Amino acid sequence: MKYLLLIYGNEEIFGSFPEEEFQKVIGETNALQAELRASGEWIGAYGVADQVMAKTVRLRDGVPVVTDGPYLEAKEYIGSLDIIDCESLERALEIAARVPWARYGEVEVRPLMAEAGTEM
Amino acid sequence: MTTDGRVEDLLREIAPEVLGALVRRYGHFDASEDAVQEALLAAAVQWPEQGRPENPRAWLITVASRRLTDQLRSDGARRRREDTIATREPNDELLVPEQDDTLTLLFMCCHPDLSPASQVALTLRAVGGLTTAEIARAFLVPEATMAQRISRAKQRIKATAVPFALPPEAERSDRLRAVLHTLYLIFNEGYTATSGPDLQRNDLTREATRLTRAVHRLLPDDGEVAGLLALMLLTEARRAARTRPDGGLIPLAEQDRSRWDKALIDEGVALVSDALARTKLGPYQLQAAIAALHDEAPSSDDTDWLQVVLLYELLERVSPNPMVTLNHAVAVAMVHGPQAGLDLLATLETDDRIAEHHRLHAVRAHLLEMAGDHVAARANYRTAARRTTSLPERRYLEARAARLSDDPSS
Repeated sequence: MKYLLLIYGNEEIFGSFPEEEFQKVIGETNALQAELRASGEWIGAYGVADQVMAKTVRLRDGVPVVTDGPYLEAKEYIGSLDIIDCESLERALEIAARVPWARYGEVEVRPLMAEAGTEM
Repeated sequence: MTTDGRVEDLLREIAPEVLGALVRRYGHFDASEDAVQEALLAAAVQWPEQGRPENPRAWLITVASRRLTDQLRSDGARRRREDTIATREPNDELLVPEQDDTLTLLFMCCHPDLSPASQVALTLRAVGGLTTAEIARAFLVPEATMAQRISRAKQRIKATAVPFALPPEAERSDRLRAVLHTLYLIFNEGYTATSGPDLQRNDLTREATRLTRAVHRLLPDDGEVAGLLALMLLTEARRAARTRPDGGLIPLAEQDRSRWDKALIDEGVALVSDALARTKLGPYQLQAAIAALHDEAPSSDDTDWLQVVLLYELLERVSPNPMVTLNHAVAVAMVHGPQAGLDLLATLETDDRIAEHHRLHAVRAHLLEMAGDHVAARANYRTAARRTTSLPERRYLEARAARLSDDPSS
């Protein structure tokens, strides 16, 4: 079962991180990723650029309209996302709790949809 | 794969014999498995170009043995040891395997220390002869992820230091259940695939059925092996009728039964009837017997629902679990009316294993629709649609809810 881990934070957290602590978090993040690679639960992880870099696209009457900024203006935004493939929701929650950023912001766990299905 | 299908089938067929021969001769399950995989890859490239060798099995054993001894020697050199690993060519005794090691390998790959995902991956590679890339594609994960899963599984097997032999008699029955469960998981992965990018996964049902056939051939008197094989055939028989061309799911009651595979049904029915008549009853036989009743009925209304209910009662006694109760409730509703089914469902509402599961809501919706309570049915279809993580199930459940909204009587 694949899960998306969305790591949320805000400007206060992402913008004012003491260098030493930042290095520690990076080290822990790399260690966790290495562990998940070794266990075969790793699919991918991406850091997301700052909100000021966001563009939002809408297609109206066949014409794309591009606006600056995120679709939803919120104090909390996505700093990075991980995709894992693991045995159960319990395991996904266990991994989420080990994401170092969970200590400062929030980690949202979302199951990913699959094409497989059972007729009822 | 660029190889033609027949080479691939042949390679998968003899893969466990080749691996068994190597492990018997040299030990080192882990390194032997890698060597066999390399030999299979070499054969897949060379045979279509240069022609198939006269004795494919001997060719594979020879190539794999060379790779293995090369590997063991270079490992030995790296450790700067005075190793005396035999470098001789495989002898005749090795080239003509005396026994079929498929079962021993299956027991090894489904060792209880491994997670279900690892058991599945290792079984497909070591016994099924599939490449890591093929398994990764079937499970929609990157090849590196699958390679890690397989390598971790092999390390764990190495750590358990189990001898290359059948498990002790006392453990054998439990261990066989684990093997059957793994084969069942592989089958299900393939069967639930619907369309588009998932088509590759259909291969998994074929692999699961092929391996279960092999186990049945080796253990013809085990009723549960026969039961699982029958269940697979009776389920596979409905494949063509279970989805629309766009991948949409068609419920059993609405499937075009003329598209069911008669030959598979006949074979499945014969297998399960024979098992029920002469072996100890078990959950796979019961599930196969229920599938047989559905497969033999000309329509949903003509199904022997009373018999289905009786079989579910037995199944709940032999192997109680909330999914069985769900299906039981549907059958009860067909015999005693929707309210009786809903009453049975109510017993699951406090069961943590299923209370939040979309299938409970879906079955409740179905029974409420039968009872004519379209408002509540619609609400339950919608809840179920939101809770499933399957796209085709979601589309199906939303369509059911929408159909009730359009219905002027609701």
